Amino acid sequence: MDCSEESRMIIMEDSLDEDPAQAEKLKRTLTAHRHRRKKPLREAAGAPEPPPEEGSPASMAAAPPGAAHQAPRGLPPVPSASRTGFAEFSVRERMREKLKAARSKAESTLLQEDPSPRPRRLKSIREKKTEVRLDKESDKDEFREMQEDESHISSKVKFHDSAKKPKQKTSVQNDFPSAEETYKFFTFDFDSEAERVKAGIRKKNELNHEEEAEEEEDVETHEEGQEEDETDEDAHLVKDDDLFDLGQTAQDFLVVKPAECESYSEQLQREKEFLFIPSMQAVPASQKMPGNMQPRFLEDEGLYTGERPFVPPSNLNILENRILRQEQGKEWFGDDGKILALPNPIKQSLTRPPIFSLEEGIEPELETLYRKAIKVTAASQYLVGPGDFQGPFQLDIDISGLIFTHHPCFSREHVLAAKLAQLYDQYLARKQKNLTTLLTDKLHALRNAVQCSIDGGDAAVPKPVAQQSIPEYKIEIRQTRRLRDAEQEKDRTLLKTIIKVWKEMKSLRDFQKFTNTPMKLYLRKEEVDQRLDEKAYEAEIQDEINELLEECREEYEKKMEEYETELQEWKSWKKAQKSKKKKKKKDLREEEESVDDCDFGEEPVKPIPPKMVNSLEIEQQAREKADNLRRKPGEPVLIPELVLSGSITPSELCPRAEVLRREDVKKRSSFIKVLFNSKEVSRTVTRPISSDFRVHFGQIFNLQIFNWPESVKLQIYETVGISSTTLLAEVFIPIPETTVLTGSTPIEEIEFSSNQRVMLDHEGVGSGVSFSFEADGSNKMTLMTSGKVSNSVSWAVGEKGVPLIPPVSQQNTGIASALKNIDAIASIGTSGLTDMKKLAKWAAEAKLDPNDPNNAALMQLITVATSGEARVPDFFRLEQLQQEFNFVSDEELNRSKRFRLLQLRNAEVAEFRNYKPVPLHEREISEKLFQDYEKRLRERDVTDSKHYLDAHRAIVANYLQKVQESVINRFLVAKHHFLLSDLVNEEEIPSLGILGLSIFKLAEPKRPLKPRRKERKKVTAQNLSDGDIKLLVNIIRAYDIPVRKTVSKLQQPSRHSRPFNEMFAASPSAQSPGENIDWVFNQVLVRPFVEVSFQRTVCRTTTAEGPNPNWNEELELPFRAPNGDYSSHSLQSVKDEVFINLFDEVLYDIGEDDHERGSGIHTRVERHWLGCVKIPFTTIYFQARIDGTFKVDIPPVLLGYSKEKNLGNDRGYDSVRNLSEGSYITLFITIEPQLIPGESVREKFDTQEDEKLLQAAAKYEAECTSKFPSRQCLTTVVDLSGKSVFITRYIKPLNPPQELLDAHPNSSQTTAELVARYVALIPFLPDSVSFAGICDLWSTSDQFLDLLAGDEEEHAVLLCNYFLGMGKKAWLIIGNAIPEGATAYVLTLEQNQYAIWNPSTGCFYGQFDTFCPLQNVYCLISCDNIWFNIQEYDSPVRINFDISKPKLWKSFFSRSLPYPGFCSVQPEELIYQDSDKAAVAELQGRIEKILKEKIMDWRPRHLTRWNRYCTSTLRHFLPLLEQNQGKDVEDDHQAELQKQLGDYRVSGFPIHMPFSEVGPLVEAVRSTGVHTIDVSNVEFALAVYVHAYPQNVLSVWIYVASLVRNQ
Amino acid sequence: MAAAGSPDVFLVAVSGQIESGQFPGFDDLYCKFCFVYGQDWVPTAGLEEGISQITSKSDAANSTLVWNFPIDITFKSTNPSGWPQIVVSVYGPDFFGNDVVRGYGAVHVPIMPGRHMRTIPMFVPESTSRLQKFTSWFTGRRPEFTDPRVVAQGEGREVTRVRSQGFVTISFNVVTKDMKKLGYEVTPSDMQNHSLVSVTEGIHNY
Repeated sequence: MDCSEESRMIIMEDSLDEDPAQAEKLKRTLTAHRHRRKKPLREAAGAPEPPPEEGSPASMAAAPPGAAHQAPRGLPPVPSASRTGFAEFSVRERMREKLKAARSKAESTLLQEDPSPRPRRLKSIREKKTEVRLDKESDKDEFREMQEDESHISSKVKFHDSAKKPKQKTSVQNDFPSAEETYKFFTFDFDSEAERVKAGIRKKNELNHEEEAEEEEDVETHEEGQEEDETDEDAHLVKDDDLFDLGQTAQDFLVVKPAECESYSEQLQREKEFLFIPSMQAVPASQKMPGNMQPRFLEDEGLYTGERPFVPPSNLNILENRILRQEQGKEWFGDDGKILALPNPIKQSLTRPPIFSLEEGIEPELETLYRKAIKVTAASQYLVGPGDFQGPFQLDIDISGLIFTHHPCFSREHVLAAKLAQLYDQYLARKQKNLTTLLTDKLHALRNAVQCSIDGGDAAVPKPVAQQSIPEYKIEIRQTRRLRDAEQEKDRTLLKTIIKVWKEMKSLRDFQKFTNTPMKLYLRKEEVDQRLDEKAYEAEIQDEINELLEECREEYEKKMEEYETELQEWKSWKKAQKSKKKKKKKDLREEEESVDDCDFGEEPVKPIPPKMVNSLEIEQQAREKADNLRRKPGEPVLIPELVLSGSITPSELCPRAEVLRREDVKKRSSFIKVLFNSKEVSRTVTRPISSDFRVHFGQIFNLQIFNWPESVKLQIYETVGISSTTLLAEVFIPIPETTVLTGSTPIEEIEFSSNQRVMLDHEGVGSGVSFSFEADGSNKMTLMTSGKVSNSVSWAVGEKGVPLIPPVSQQNTGIASALKNIDAIASIGTSGLTDMKKLAKWAAEAKLDPNDPNNAALMQLITVATSGEARVPDFFRLEQLQQEFNFVSDEELNRSKRFRLLQLRNAEVAEFRNYKPVPLHEREISEKLFQDYEKRLRERDVTDSKHYLDAHRAIVANYLQKVQESVINRFLVAKHHFLLSDLVNEEEIPSLGILGLSIFKLAEPKRPLKPRRKERKKVTAQNLSDGDIKLLVNIIRAYDIPVRKTVSKLQQPSRHSRPFNEMFAASPSAQSPGENIDWVFNQVLVRPFVEVSFQRTVCRTTTAEGPNPNWNEELELPFRAPNGDYSSHSLQSVKDEVFINLFDEVLYDIGEDDHERGSGIHTRVERHWLGCVKIPFTTIYFQARIDGTFKVDIPPVLLGYSKEKNLGNDRGYDSVRNLSEGSYITLFITIEPQLIPGESVREKFDTQEDEKLLQAAAKYEAECTSKFPSRQCLTTVVDLSGKSVFITRYIKPLNPPQELLDAHPNSSQTTAELVARYVALIPFLPDSVSFAGICDLWSTSDQFLDLLAGDEEEHAVLLCNYFLGMGKKAWLIIGNAIPEGATAYVLTLEQNQYAIWNPSTGCFYGQFDTFCPLQNVYCLISCDNIWFNIQEYDSPVRINFDISKPKLWKSFFSRSLPYPGFCSVQPEELIYQDSDKAAVAELQGRIEKILKEKIMDWRPRHLTRWNRYCTSTLRHFLPLLEQNQGKDVEDDHQAELQKQLGDYRVSGFPIHMPFSEVGPLVEAVRSTGVHTIDVSNVEFALAVYVHAYPQNVLSVWIYVASLVRNQ
Repeated sequence: MAAAGSPDVFLVAVSGQIESGQFPGFDDLYCKFCFVYGQDWVPTAGLEEGISQITSKSDAANSTLVWNFPIDITFKSTNPSGWPQIVVSVYGPDFFGNDVVRGYGAVHVPIMPGRHMRTIPMFVPESTSRLQKFTSWFTGRRPEFTDPRVVAQGEGREVTRVRSQGFVTISFNVVTKDMKKLGYEVTPSDMQNHSLVSVTEGIHNY
């Protein structure tokens, strides 16, 4: 193809130069050619052999005639169409260039010269392009060379000539078409037809598939035709010389008739006659079912039907349609109207393990493995173990013969004969057993025994024993008699039937006038002595009568007894009745109605006395019975005898029907197949059935076996004539016991029967067909083919007399016979299915395949059964395998300390959660380990007040612990639920915004002037260990640190607490600058430094100077997780706090005298605590970083220090300074590396809220968070019982304690502050510590007050409720604050100003207070609505709190969803208990004692002296402090102390705390470092004051001071 | 400490090497390994973690990347529960040169003493969506396990989807001490005198 194309190119190029017009024409024909060629090319995939025409037209066009002869033959097969295209383009391009060059070259050189370079190069191009075609290269070369040779030398000339010739020819109109014309005609015609067909295909593509398939065939036939055409053409071409018939066009053939072509539809029509196209329509069920049957669906009926293999519905429909066309097509459909199909055999899962090769270069599938040849042993379970005698064992099966007890060919006489024979056999069997005589003898013996014991003749037997046994004997006698009677009756009826059948047979023989059987019955009479007989008979009857009488008497007596008791009852009843009646008669007048009632009472029937049975009656009965059952006395004994001596009537004398029957019998023969383990091993010879329907085989089969047989089966076949063989029946033969050896086995007869239905047209009665012996056809009987196989199966005996039996170990399996293996019901009967024991035994013996899903139901049973010998437990076990795996009993397991430890650790009990390693030996585990745990368990319910100083706190702590435990347990469960993000780190899809941002980032400066902290990569806490985590504390600067005061100091006017309006005023300064001037110069500098302590690690900064120091230092503290467990769960529950303590470093010159002072400086460094900031670790953990300015918690009084805002006055920016009251410190705290905080539990909580409300809430939340993802929107919260509650239910006006309201009746502001202080005094307990990982739990205000512990939310809710109760306008703010993080504050509206209250400190801030810890405001919540902040900013300074503006605040309840009016979860009213003053006083004493002891403990090497004067003075100060809420009393203290103590340098301060436990108090005192002073003559003073507010809210004041006497 | 007669712990010494990997289509890979073990296990000697050199495929041995990276560690334990597992993760550059994970896999250290070969099928987590897949391919930040140790635990795996990718072959030489004295039988009684060749062969064939 390529080749031809190329050559064509060459020509084209050549011709271009010569004659453009001609070339034009040439081109046209070529395109026509190509067009034609393209079509087959498109279908080339299906046609490997190119049509012979492929190359020819082109080559013809190209090569001179001579060349054309050879060219087509050597052409390669068609390459793919695409390649042609490619070749076409590139070759064209290259060829054009090459040819140009070559032509100019050729012109310059001589014509005769060898043009070798051109073909070479051509070839190289080709090679590059088509490596695949290398093998064909030689052919091509040949061709090309030829072509080149000729064309090059004379192509121009020749081409010219040949091109001209046809042109001339066509111009002359010939009368008949030339050869070329016919050729053209054909090609042209074919072209158009091909087009048409194609069009047809295109059109019909829209038709359905089946037609399409057909069409393709159609097309193919067309193509074939085409090919033929073209070979035709070829033939023409070969002959023809004038090839270049270029001028011819379609117009030249207009006169010619179109070729015959039958239309497609016609063709279809014709094909329809002999083609059947199954429709794809679904077949209606009615067609598939025979005769109007409804399809039944086995699956619906509860039967198991496997999953069908998947067949596409269309294919299924086609198949069904196809099947239905056939005869008996319906047989293929099941009851459910679907095609019968086996269940899908394809497994759902792959079972083949992956293969991978270790060899190189070999496909893993093809890798060969060497395996040593081993002897394959079959099914392992029956395999004989190695080492035993391996030889083949032998089972001898002796099949001696076959007797039919019924056969279709039986004549009536045969039927009777068989019956007779059967009865006779029965008779013989009975006779052999002789039960009647046996029983009679027994009866006699019993009677004798009774007689003897009654007579008492036997002295050997003691009387009472004998007496006792009499009734037993009697019962025995009765039973025996009954049995004997039954047997006698049977004997007699059997005899009667035998005689009857024999009579029938005789009459039949008479009737049909021939005999078929040699059977004859003789009845032998045995005469008896009549007298003796009569006597015995009579005696027997008498005995019986006596016994019966006795029996009746007994019965009578029994009945009599019953009667008497009944009679007694009746009589008593009667009496009662009578007395009643009498009574009634008296009462009749009064109560007439009651008479009626009496009559309704049921009246017991008077019992009828039993009748004594008449002895005569009994005698009559006995006699009658004897008549029926027994031989009459004197009657001869009849003994039947069956002989086969009769003569059979020869066939000639028989009627035709009988002759036919006999002939039929002769035709029949039978054989038996022996099947061992369901496989045929041998069969007997085929023997004809004799006329008496016996077949004799007499063959012995020796089966050599390896394994214990599963089953031995015989199949009985019957052949009729030569043709058909039918299986009559299968008989299972029991596998013999090991003791059954050849030679000693009797022949056994095994019965079989067949359910075959045979009807014959001769005398034979057939089988399964009813027939009758009576003339009128009544009394019909139906007999089935049946018979007996006489055989014996036994184990062979080997040469040395060794029995060839598989070893005894296999015997057990042998007992479970083949039959048992197959069906449980067959082996143990249907009743066995309900008898668990039997079933279990069967299951154990049957060796079911445990992997067979059919047995799945049984397998559980089997596992139960195998635990004991078919012992069925009388209990039901859910985990039936559990007991098997218990390697010791539970008690023993519990006793073991090690297992207990392992169990507890596995259960993640707090004490043992990360305990490691568990020792290997029991002895290494000390009892102590469990003591704590056990103690905790014990004390769970016992409250220990000692530990808590306060009984109430103890209860609360206990309660909290319980809540915590349950919550933690829930959490532990939830912890094991994983999300994808927990396991897999995956980049999020960058949104457009992020992409834009990152582009923007490219433009930003590399080193910005104000660098920002970058987000660091977060680390999951899993793979961390000790020392990996560090706490970074960056201490930047502090403001307004208290400064030292000189001892002689001016009195400052004490400031009053600022009123609200003053606070908001622009310039609230109450101090006059003039007063301070001299003071400033006197001032002693403060030298503050910061000490950070965390987890007992202490780090400090350098010392700075002045009240506004600037440190800018980074401190690094290591972090250690409890138990080395760095899981997020454990980190959340870290209770440690970071203490940031502010100290003043004081240098004291301690030079003793001037002499020393001259030579050196001797100073002592003291540090004085100024204040602290506490930040819980959990806050840092959850916030990831804490950045901001914090208020330093400075005690209200600092002896020796003052917090005057003096500097500001000079510098003139006092207005800025004065906004702050306390001291502030700027910090940045973070954890390195950054930890991912654990997520709250993903758990949906129960709720009692309305579903609609919840939906609305979810929608609202979604809307809000979509707009402001960083702002938290809170609608529902979780209460203490773990239920979701709508948040507004928590807000409700509540009454604050009356005591607080009464304190300052005229100042609402003071009252508000007092209330806030009260709320702040309730101890703080963050949820995240107690309920680690769980989302916030909100307790109601009464719960909160009961528990006296809660976090920000509870405080805020209570405060808000109080404010509402006081008539203020108040809202709950959900927002973000430092350092708490997400928190709740309270907003109040005071005199058109908004005030923000921090509920956990009791402080309040103005909206525009820059030091307000609240940073962001997200939501406002009132008792009836929620407002979400949709303003641009969320800092309280920058937002508008006017919630009436919907553009600023998005409300939850609006006009579309009005507030439905919820009832609150809060109580109606809070009831406060008065605190127990005595208890408080006691607590106060105890705290003081504990603290003093602690301080002494902390100074182990120094003497700790307590200054009693100072202590008592301090003690006086404290109540005052409480009264003033710690404000502005310091100066008094200083002066007072000075006055009291004289020349002492006192440094000290009061600490104020809410009271929850002693621990925090101790910690607080310790953190101040008061005890660290090591001056030898130091004295201490410590005073504690506990003030009780209602409801046991305690405010604790601790005043600590150190005193150094001034020399 | 305890007398020689009654040891308190048993020791398991594991040496061997991460021999080679088969990662069709990938080249220039390196691998990391670490051991994951239960609470009662303590490594007493040797390296718990390691990172191998980058290896490239050779022309001769096609598709096998050879690391021959030695492992050598000794554990002591009181409890066979939490028997150590080796977790191997393989990394290599992707089309854009980003370092991406090519497979995670884990296998228990063989319990029986002797020489063992183990071939671990490796897998990588799949992206959650096609778009994710594309972006992760494009950015070179494919999904990874937060911790390679995840593959040694069964908990939480149900939320992930993984694709299998290659194999790593590891040889172990295991020596145990005092196991039997403490009542842990790891070798069948009839096996003790036989060579372990058949066992390892069987593993090989698998």
